Amino acid sequence: MDLVVDWGRVHALLGENGAGKSTLMNVVYGMVTSDAGEIEFDGRLVHITGPQDAIKLGIGMVHQHFMLIPRLSVVENIMLGHEIVRGAGVIDMDKAAGIIGNLSARYGLQVDPRARVGDLTVGLQQRVEIVKALYRGARVLILDEPTAALTPQETEGLFDVVRGLVREGAAVIFITHKLGEVMAVADQITVMRRGKVVGTAVPKDTTPAELAQMMVGRPVLLRVAKGPAHPTKTVLELDKLVVQDDRRHTVVDGVSLTVRSGEIVGIAGVEGNGQNEMVEAMMGLRPARAGRVMLSGRDITRRPTRWRLRSGLSEVPADRHRMGLILEFPIYDNLVLSDYDERPYANGLVRRLGVLREHARKLMKAFDIRAQAPEQPVGSLSGGNQQKVVLARELGTRPQLLIASQPTRGLDVGSIEFVHSRLVTQRDEGLAVLLVSSELDEVLSLADRVAVIYRGKIVAELEGEAIDRERIGLLMAGAA
Amino acid sequence: MISRRLPPWAVNAVLVPLASVLCGFVVAGVVIAVTGSDPFQALTALFQGAFTNHEAFAETLVASIPYIFLGLGLALGFKAGLFNIGAEGQFYIGGLAGVFVAYSIHGLPGLIEIPLAILAGMLGGFVWSGLAGALKARFGAHEVITTIMLNYTAFLLANYLIDGGLMLAKNVSTPRTPEIDANAQLPIIIPGTRLHFGLILAVLAVPVVWFLIERTTIGFQLRSVGFNPTAARANGMSVGRTLVLSMGISGALAGTAGIVQILGLSHHMTDTVAAGYGFDAIAVALLARSNPWGVLPAAFLFGALRNGASFMQLETQVSADLVSIVQAMVIIFVAAPIIVRWLLRLRAQPVQELQLAERDEATVV
Repeated sequence: MDLVVDWGRVHALLGENGAGKSTLMNVVYGMVTSDAGEIEFDGRLVHITGPQDAIKLGIGMVHQHFMLIPRLSVVENIMLGHEIVRGAGVIDMDKAAGIIGNLSARYGLQVDPRARVGDLTVGLQQRVEIVKALYRGARVLILDEPTAALTPQETEGLFDVVRGLVREGAAVIFITHKLGEVMAVADQITVMRRGKVVGTAVPKDTTPAELAQMMVGRPVLLRVAKGPAHPTKTVLELDKLVVQDDRRHTVVDGVSLTVRSGEIVGIAGVEGNGQNEMVEAMMGLRPARAGRVMLSGRDITRRPTRWRLRSGLSEVPADRHRMGLILEFPIYDNLVLSDYDERPYANGLVRRLGVLREHARKLMKAFDIRAQAPEQPVGSLSGGNQQKVVLARELGTRPQLLIASQPTRGLDVGSIEFVHSRLVTQRDEGLAVLLVSSELDEVLSLADRVAVIYRGKIVAELEGEAIDRERIGLLMAGAA
Repeated sequence: MISRRLPPWAVNAVLVPLASVLCGFVVAGVVIAVTGSDPFQALTALFQGAFTNHEAFAETLVASIPYIFLGLGLALGFKAGLFNIGAEGQFYIGGLAGVFVAYSIHGLPGLIEIPLAILAGMLGGFVWSGLAGALKARFGAHEVITTIMLNYTAFLLANYLIDGGLMLAKNVSTPRTPEIDANAQLPIIIPGTRLHFGLILAVLAVPVVWFLIERTTIGFQLRSVGFNPTAARANGMSVGRTLVLSMGISGALAGTAGIVQILGLSHHMTDTVAAGYGFDAIAVALLARSNPWGVLPAAFLFGALRNGASFMQLETQVSADLVSIVQAMVIIFVAAPIIVRWLLRLRAQPVQELQLAERDEATVV
């Protein structure tokens, strides 16, 4: 594959998960070696065998998961491995802070060099990563899915920084799968699919729909088709729920919320505002310190997980690899992770593999799970098919309430469409859905009602006309 | 290469373990040569001592019996993600509980006495290792630590009960328990040898354990918790109960090894009865890659090593402890399949390369 990046430009690398964007950039950054082909930099042929080579050339990379030490200050993090010393190995903190302050000011990055990284917001931590790359002399900056954990406002801020960088003559490679961001910030666009460049474009001459088609290889629906909700009886009721995290900090602080049959309630919020702990408390995986969880009028606050699962609660967990699936197990086992010991899947203590396989075949067909056979280990499936396995299991038990946490994270466009339309059809059949997502677009397109969570509190509940992107963005950032 | 034509499971389950064993012998041969003896002579003697005449072969099988039970128990633990180091102690407790029943009852038919004694042995092993399981489930105490501690406790308990007098036989020169009831003895299956019915029990235990792990709901729970305890819990399984149960079953099999050894071989118990079987069995289970069927050949190999070692020492003056080097090397090569794969010119899975790359990134940045 070929890719040419110019100085002073923002070059977006657009593609679905698994299209090979990150791998390509890891080659450029020296973390993975290429099997064939060459890299030219500033007109010279270069061999990059490790990140050190890349850094020497002036290539910097900001990873999706930051590589910072939370306990250290901004200066210490940035200097790490490239310390400025005075005399006999004493670190010259003031000089470093000065350099970093200048860099920040020059690019409008506004980072306090003395702050502890752990105290900064995700958006600011990302800026620290950017300053770190600049401090090491980066003139080409690779940003890998940089907006994944940002609020809309933080994203805007990042775009300003990126524009500032290219104005100063740097080159920015922006890896993403989000069409809107590409349209907003890129000068040039390269679209990848399955390890190949399938097209290039310039934002002013293209449309999101055209880009999506290039990315997926077929026309896609960008909006979920859905009619108005017809909610009936209350299924889930949270009553002043209080939950603590592992460090005993109160992270869910008196949340009250209801979800009715036939509606999708979306919880919008930046990750880490208590959503995970709230869901865990609902599932019985974490104790509620105070308050109640009610399912169809019954108090289930103290019930074990198994009991809840069998009384109509179901969950698509945020981290499907850690909580949703056992990757080494075949598909048919993963489809009965919670019902494995019930009829007809087991006869007393003995599991009935024939029944399990048949059950799997049925669900694989109903949920379009693409696999060779029910015996295939789930770990060998694509992310989209794995999520379909989870969805098939959770919906297969005919639940009253589905908690869907980040249900489309890391999925390709086709699978996102599938998951979204399934959630809507199930809603229309009377399922109560609680959607927890940090992708604001997902919440906006699916939810009939939106509750915004900020620091463990529901700061607003919006419905119908009141659901406004700008307003929710501000609420998510705690600024309203 | 042959390895290219074999299916992946055969490479993992057969070729790599076989090559590991071979590498173990090669390294041991080098060690023998370095110490000034002839490695070919020594290894030939080892082989002769293990196999050549009908009595030697029977002794190899005798030595394999405890390895099979213990190996099955440890393999089952591995499947649940538990590293049970306490098989030696569970062997003792199983022996103690079983032998007490076997010398206390008299005059019942063997068909009743033997199962009773074995059940007592299983129960002893179950309770002893279940304790480690409970400590892990309740307090998060790591089973490696607790089972090692429970080993010492078991040795000292055996010592106290046997040497201390509560279970001491009268009028014997070395401390041991009373002889078990004649009806509780396991019959000899090849006359003129010491090969006893325990071999048949051990071989029968293989499909039973396999079925338990692969085909029952208990086995499903156990494997779920072993692979991904978080997902098991999120799907409503009781991780704690599964840990106690898995650990208990693992110990019950180790306890069976103990009591079968007594019922079939010694007919009484001394406080040295286990003689390291429980520790060797860790290697047996590793070599078997935690597969119950794999335990059979692995246990046979370790039985042969143990049996051939003394003959080798007698014939060639090479220390029988050399066998420990072979065992140790086998464990190292089994535990480090990358070395063996490299020797066999097999490409490591791409996944591993990726992980290495990620680790590099963490250290560099």
